[in-house]
Amino acid sequence: MTAAPPRPASARRPQLINGVWKLAAAIATPVLPEDYLDFVAPLRAGADLRGRIVAKRLETADSATLTIKPGRSWRGHVPGQYIRIGIDVDGVRHWRAYSLTSVVGDGTISITTKAIPDGIVSNHLVREAQPGTLVMLDQAIGEFVLPTPLPAKILFLTAGSGITPVMGMLRNLPTGVGPDITLLHSAPTPADVMFAGELGALAAGGRIRLVTRHTDTAGMLDLATLDEQVPDWRERQVWVCGPTGLLDAAEAHWAGHGLADALHVERFRPTIIEPGEGGEITFLGSEVTIDADGATPILDAGEDAGLLLKSGCRMGICFGCVVTMRQGAVRDLRTGEITVAEPGDELPIQTCINAVAGSCDLEA
Amino acid sequence: MTLAPERTSSPARTSISPTAPHVSEPTHLEAERHTLNTRLSVGGGSEREHLPKKSGRPNPFGRLTNAEIEGIGRELDAIRAEVMDSRGARDAAYIRRVIKVQRGLEIGSRVVLLFSRNKVAWAAGTVGLSLAKILENMEIGHNVLHGQWDWMRDPKIHSTTWDWDMASPAKQWKHSHNELHHTYTNVLGRDNDLGYGLLRVDEDQEWQLFHLGQPIWHLINAMFFEYGIAAYDLELRGNLQNWNELSDKDKEVFKANLHEMLGKIRKQALKDYVLHPLVSGPSFLPTLAANFTANIVRNVWSNTVIICGHFPDGIDTFETDSIDGETRGEWYLRQMLGSGNISGSKFTHIMTGNLSHQIEHHLFPDMPSNRYAEISPKIQALMAKHDLHYVTGPVLKQAYQVYRKVCRLSLPNEEPGRSRWSVVRGELAKVVRGKGEARTKRHLPSTV
Repeated sequence: MTAAPPRPASARRPQLINGVWKLAAAIATPVLPEDYLDFVAPLRAGADLRGRIVAKRLETADSATLTIKPGRSWRGHVPGQYIRIGIDVDGVRHWRAYSLTSVVGDGTISITTKAIPDGIVSNHLVREAQPGTLVMLDQAIGEFVLPTPLPAKILFLTAGSGITPVMGMLRNLPTGVGPDITLLHSAPTPADVMFAGELGALAAGGRIRLVTRHTDTAGMLDLATLDEQVPDWRERQVWVCGPTGLLDAAEAHWAGHGLADALHVERFRPTIIEPGEGGEITFLGSEVTIDADGATPILDAGEDAGLLLKSGCRMGICFGCVVTMRQGAVRDLRTGEITVAEPGDELPIQTCINAVAGSCDLEA
Repeated sequence: MTLAPERTSSPARTSISPTAPHVSEPTHLEAERHTLNTRLSVGGGSEREHLPKKSGRPNPFGRLTNAEIEGIGRELDAIRAEVMDSRGARDAAYIRRVIKVQRGLEIGSRVVLLFSRNKVAWAAGTVGLSLAKILENMEIGHNVLHGQWDWMRDPKIHSTTWDWDMASPAKQWKHSHNELHHTYTNVLGRDNDLGYGLLRVDEDQEWQLFHLGQPIWHLINAMFFEYGIAAYDLELRGNLQNWNELSDKDKEVFKANLHEMLGKIRKQALKDYVLHPLVSGPSFLPTLAANFTANIVRNVWSNTVIICGHFPDGIDTFETDSIDGETRGEWYLRQMLGSGNISGSKFTHIMTGNLSHQIEHHLFPDMPSNRYAEISPKIQALMAKHDLHYVTGPVLKQAYQVYRKVCRLSLPNEEPGRSRWSVVRGELAKVVRGKGEARTKRHLPSTV
């Protein structure tokens, strides 16, 4: 027992809880009490951040809004920010980033996703994911947000699913007289316009000026003609989100007019990983980059360059050589199977049976 | 814009110091690596001479040509690909369900044992905890640590993060089991699993006086199997016997491993033999007894399953030099001939962690265990086609065969003109005369 002077009950209680928790951990070893609690209360405070899909609504034929109840560790978000969602598709966990489109503060969050061709996750979310599903979440991040106070004049320049972070901003505009907002949005056809009804209502209510461009008939937006569509564009702070082509064009356009400071750009996929044959292997731990061909196991290539790497059976069965791939692509020399890590991923790979396919960054 | 760090334009190998420690033995490293890499793909290899083994028994590879062996390799690669390509949500749901059942069973049993002064509660809790510990070690722990579920990319169910309810720390076990045992399966002198350095389970293993007691050692090892495995992962006996010959670095590694293991054992013992009984209050002693019993039950069961995997009659062992430059096909063949199955119900398969499909597991150690049953008929057919013996039988029959063999091999092989007992008497006489030759210089397995 301790000789310490008695403390107020409020100070003793956390200590008691702490003690009980330590005891629970010692009895649960080698797993943690959390591993038991996760079965009954996966969304509790202090747990790894997760969320449960509570509703799904189709926006267009190939896009849907998912409403997610985040766990109690959720710290909230600023409109325009995005989250990374980890969802199991066919048993395999995939992480993707999506803009938040929800109204802040009602206890749920929502994302809107468009199914892209061959998109494993987007197709799953739009067509397969069901309410009730538990997903992994990261806290909201992103600099693509409106400042306080709001600028007097705003131009939102969006295309396709690039409307999503802007929708998040529009839904959270203060009531009453707001800034002068023009939204110039491109989509292939009227049926492809996400949130068409809601945007129409905002325009009808005078909250925004909406210019919608249907590119299948009207052609792609040419920024050289911006004067005709938004005559006062030079006076506006601009937020741009859409395909890379639009972002590049906008950056060139505003920089060309000496107005780069007015431009705010959201790029979702800073690098696109295209698998190739052989390439550069970067060992982040030892800060060494080497060239390797597509037939040499990464382990051998690294050792040939003089690195000391974890190794084991050298035939793919013992998993003693597993390291984390931060980004890049590798090819399994036994099966030809390609594993791709997008920036932000942390994929464990076996170095003894994989060769570099393009390039890869490894924590080794 | 890229998130990748700046890449150097020229390969960095020129900047590596030629005095780096691993470069000191390049020839050894190179040779070793290129030998082992022949196991990456089928094809290649050449006809080899298959000499009979020391004991005079035939070489198990002798009946097949190189082309036949590589053909088998290609068929096995195809079987593997079919299953691995079809892993999906059902498999993921399976392992999560097993984990959920295990956790429920474990916590439920431990709660029931809080009242273990009551005999019914004691019995129910002990049975439940025994089953929970078996599930945890076999169908979950062993298989997760094999990387069978790494493909799900769930960091909670991953070979790099998992630890299990057993004396041996996961990292050490992965080295001695996944790497050494699975690569060098049944290779005399290379695979320490052949008797765990304790038992003589093959005529081609050298006999020592120590083996006279192995019918007893075997039973003790079974009861305290988790500690046996821990000592085995440390290579305790070999390291202590050769302590003076170890390099300083090897000594450091051994000490670090020992420290890690003692820490793990302390935690395990604290849980089962101090804290859980303490929380049980007046049921302190019954709970302690229940936990001890559950650990013994788990130990005996896992030992039984594992000895049935490689020691029953009809399973082959291999000479050390038979694996020089081994191809993937030859490695596959060695796994098939060096392993044996247990037949039984679906419940038996789950409680053995599907090591009842030991042959399938040794062919594809990273295949999810719930899929072994479906490929089993294909493996049997493939082996039958090549007139290879697919060893299988009920668990009691297989375990009895092993025990019989352990008793038989506790005596030396018969030598021409000398009975087994006269060899024993000779060795005993040496010890009695104090020369002690019988106790030294046993062939110790070399490790990589």
